[in-house]
Amino acid sequence: MKAMLVGFVAIAVIAVGADYTLDQMGWSAAEQGASSSSVRLGN
Amino acid sequence: MRDIRHFILGCIVAALAFIGLVSSLTPGMVNAQEAGSVAPQTEIDRSATGGAPTLEDIMRRQQGLPVDNSERAANVGDPSGAANLSDQLGTLGGASDPDLWRGMRFNEADVTTQVRGPAAEVLIQDRGMWWLQFREGPLLTYGGYLLLGTIGLLALFFLIRGRVKIDGEKTGRRIERFKNFERFGHWLLAGSFIVLGITGLVSLMGRKFMIPVMGHESYALIAGASKWVHNNVSWAFMLALVMIFVMWVVHNFPDKTDLKWLAMGGGLFGGGHPPAKKFNAGQKLIFWSTIVLGASISVSGISLLFPFELPLFAKTFAILNSTGLPEMFGFGILQETMTPHEEMQYAQLWHAIVSFVLMSIILAHIYIGSLGMEGAYDAMGSGMVEEQWAKEHHSLWVEEVKEREGKAPSGATPAE
Repeated sequence: MKAMLVGFVAIAVIAVGADYTLDQMGWSAAEQGASSSSVRLGN
Repeated sequence: MRDIRHFILGCIVAALAFIGLVSSLTPGMVNAQEAGSVAPQTEIDRSATGGAPTLEDIMRRQQGLPVDNSERAANVGDPSGAANLSDQLGTLGGASDPDLWRGMRFNEADVTTQVRGPAAEVLIQDRGMWWLQFREGPLLTYGGYLLLGTIGLLALFFLIRGRVKIDGEKTGRRIERFKNFERFGHWLLAGSFIVLGITGLVSLMGRKFMIPVMGHESYALIAGASKWVHNNVSWAFMLALVMIFVMWVVHNFPDKTDLKWLAMGGGLFGGGHPPAKKFNAGQKLIFWSTIVLGASISVSGISLLFPFELPLFAKTFAILNSTGLPEMFGFGILQETMTPHEEMQYAQLWHAIVSFVLMSIILAHIYIGSLGMEGAYDAMGSGMVEEQWAKEHHSLWVEEVKEREGKAPSGATPAE
């Protein structure tokens, strides 16, 4: 039972840690395919 | 006798699901190719519209049927035949405004943008509709049926077979089956998988089933939270998958006892309990299903977490085409060039299909590890199992444990 609870707590800790780490890296999925502004078409 | 059931049920359901989903995917792939440049089955006279869509085209599109866009897709201007820039009417370089818009419509326009990114130059992605229709249609429907069918079969099995009891008399003695760190790894994997399963289903099915009940605004809140949880809990799942693999792979290589176990149907149909080591053949199949399908879900998940950075499918399809297998099985030649968005669409479908299969297997695993068998939960609950249970289901493992205990100096006394 203890191992199960520790496992569940670890899931939460890893999730928050992953979010924080990826945030610190500054990588944004949203910026990969969408343009925020200033798109110039053609020549 | 015990784990054969979750293995058999899992295999049947997984096989049915796979056949259903793959057969559904086939027309989707064909449509995707037809929607691009391959002519559809019926020839339509477009002379009256000069190649532009006719009423019949519009009706076919509304019915979700393939439409022959090849003439329009190719009609995007001819810069080489253009009048010189200094000549009269030469300023557009041989392409009229309609040519330019058609070029954008079919992703043939020469787009340049200041925005940097793998997909920034794709303004209109032509083949997204079949993905959307497949996602909201067969994927959601068959995936849902697979999960409900698995739960129904398990309920039926429980009604017919009842709970598997410990046959012999309980001894009251307990044997350590799994150590703390093994159970921690198991629950890390199990907990994260359940959370990922629920949040994944919210993302896939919420639009259809939750919005009508709770409205758009409430669902938007739940969907946003689901997305955050799904993206970030995935790392716990991947970590646990590696942990489980490292801890238990040595116990899960097939051996001769598995043949006997399988030949006896795990004892399900009578004939006593077949001998088994730490993991019986049914558990080994669950282990390898989890590792292989879990790894596949993880790879496609990473591809989705970092959009356009890890395209998987064009290259995979090219390799498959080179083997000739897709044509042999009637899939035709698979698509080898894709826009970045198409890569993501295939990754999403694969991620969901494999997840559905693994979910159905794990549902059976959860059943047999809790409600379905007396004494099974203790293995992952306290880690200590009833000796009689262990003798019935893992007799060879019990012998190994006893042998180790016999060799180990109990209350070790230092050498004098």
